[in-house]
Amino acid sequence: MITVHVAGIGLCGPGMADWATGRAVLRGETPYDGELPKPAATILPPAERRRCGPATRIALQVAQEAMTQADFPPTQAAVVFASSDADGENLHHILESLAQPEHEVSPTRFHNSVHNAAAGYWNIATGARTPANSLAAFDASFAAGLLEATVQAVAENIPVLLVVFDLPFPSPLNEGRPIVAPFSAALLLTPQATATSMARLQISLGTEQADNAMDRAELEALRNGNPAARALPLLQAIANGQEQRLGLVCGVISLTIEVEKA
Amino acid sequence: MHPLFITNYTLSSALGHGKDATRAALLQGRSGLRANDFSDAPLDTFIGRVDGVEDISLPQSLERFDCRNNRLAQLALEQDGFATAVAAAREKYGARRIAVILGTSTSGIQATEHAYRNRDPASGALPTSFHFATTQSMNSVAEFVRHYLDLGGPAFVISTACSSSAKVFASAARLLQTGLCDVAVVGGVDSLCAMTLYGFNSLQLVSPEPCRPCDQDRKGISIGEGAGFFLLEKTPLPNPLPQAGEGANVKGACFDLEAGPLALLGYGESSDAYHMSTPHPEGLGAALAMQKALAAANLQPTEIDYINMHGTSSRSNDSAEDQGMQRVFGTATPCSSTKGATGHTLGAAGAVEAAIACICLESGLIPGSCNTRTLDPELSCAIQLQTVSRPLRRVMSNSFGFGGNNCSLIFGVSS
Repeated sequence: MITVHVAGIGLCGPGMADWATGRAVLRGETPYDGELPKPAATILPPAERRRCGPATRIALQVAQEAMTQADFPPTQAAVVFASSDADGENLHHILESLAQPEHEVSPTRFHNSVHNAAAGYWNIATGARTPANSLAAFDASFAAGLLEATVQAVAENIPVLLVVFDLPFPSPLNEGRPIVAPFSAALLLTPQATATSMARLQISLGTEQADNAMDRAELEALRNGNPAARALPLLQAIANGQEQRLGLVCGVISLTIEVEKA
Repeated sequence: MHPLFITNYTLSSALGHGKDATRAALLQGRSGLRANDFSDAPLDTFIGRVDGVEDISLPQSLERFDCRNNRLAQLALEQDGFATAVAAAREKYGARRIAVILGTSTSGIQATEHAYRNRDPASGALPTSFHFATTQSMNSVAEFVRHYLDLGGPAFVISTACSSSAKVFASAARLLQTGLCDVAVVGGVDSLCAMTLYGFNSLQLVSPEPCRPCDQDRKGISIGEGAGFFLLEKTPLPNPLPQAGEGANVKGACFDLEAGPLALLGYGESSDAYHMSTPHPEGLGAALAMQKALAAANLQPTEIDYINMHGTSSRSNDSAEDQGMQRVFGTATPCSSTKGATGHTLGAAGAVEAAIACICLESGLIPGSCNTRTLDPELSCAIQLQTVSRPLRRVMSNSFGFGGNNCSLIFGVSS
């Protein structure tokens, strides 16, 4: 069992443009309108904002929100980005180009194709030379990212910013990997409690147990329809200030997360 | 950090299948690069291709994972008694106590490249034989290897471009330190595909001749493919001895108690915060990763006997790395790049070169920088051109990726 504290949260998904809005939706105080977000990612310099793809923009939007909320300098946290397949739109354009006789790949598209593009842009935008990771575990990408970030915070005794994101693929890739809407969330995890701590998480590995479902159908559809939205039950528990035990499937085992009040 | 014991390891690259073939090639100074015969991307260049990948058949129960990357993974797992050693660890610790953490940059993208060439002319749909989750998706190789080795611990991919399979060692070390797992299978697999060849070509980084790391006339990189795997354990105790006649002399078992067990002694991770595809020109991020690895291993720079460079043979990488090494080590520590021998195996480079570092430790050799004839006079470090035999106790391996993502590892014989 390892323990971390949540010092800040960022959120960007349908009907939840930021954590304040999302928190109210998750608490049932505001109806869920499903409106698609338009992440500005103002932390990016204009040239980088033009060059990067929508996956990087949504990821950096929530990363920035979590750090600002905790009033925490980005240069002091390691980052763990987790995504099933990062920028699917960019991938689709490259695959279309490669299927043409000229095989011309745009250099910008090529360097944006790396799974750690969001991490790279984050480091450029913030000047942080801290360790940056980029993980993938298909539908368990949030579970793997949470495990990695928690373990890193505890083992290295440093704050770790976890960012999870996934976006719909364009056709024809969306037929093999349907993702219903863009979703991204960030958790700033610290090894010790801080002034802004919202919750304490105790994490262990156990036998497989089903993920907790969301109570409302539209939120459950989102949780099921985007691997990054597997974060919703944890976010809801924190929003409600509930003490709760959550399961999160990670392959043939599960993470057990004990959510406690800060 | 506490040393993490390497109780088995293997690699396959353009130099051959397994450690013996690799060791022999390194001693001979032989390059595995060949004129490009990869028909998906007929560019005028040289490549580091692994022989026999096309002939590998996945087990019938795992057919859905079939793609070049997972075939290469299986080919490598079957060398040097690696899969057998993992089975012994599974018996000892239990499948759920063993994590699988692998690096790759392009996963099974070749399958998707082929599918895009065969879309339905009317609907644009991909062929029904294409399986996204088990080939293209980034986690495919970790899930395939977890199934192939019948393991049940956490399994995921780290994909930070060309530092991917160096960073897996750091993640495994931390995970084992917390006690959530006892053992980790780590490594990296990356395979030839049109995207990387045409992509690096679009950045004008692909050399028309076999790459010559650190040479004054270097013309860019040679793309390669490869795979490396390691079994990492917290305790240096060997697995229960095999039954009589059952592989007591498994080829490749590297547990030589006289020499002391091989171990990961330190790791260091950093970011450049500079540019997506060009390293920091003064090697600041690279130097930070090397310093952190030394600090984690509690070693002084003079205690490193050899540095296996990232050494891609691009002008910017070799220059930045040289400056980074100078900042940390001065100019006396012997170093070289083995990418003239293997090609740049990208997401597998961390694991392939970690395995080469271990071969160097076990065999007491410093490999020369293959294909390099005249050192770039602007580089100042002690870049070795000839292979020499010399006992080594500690070796550093550098890996730097797009996005300015850096990782340095230190391997040694644990005392």
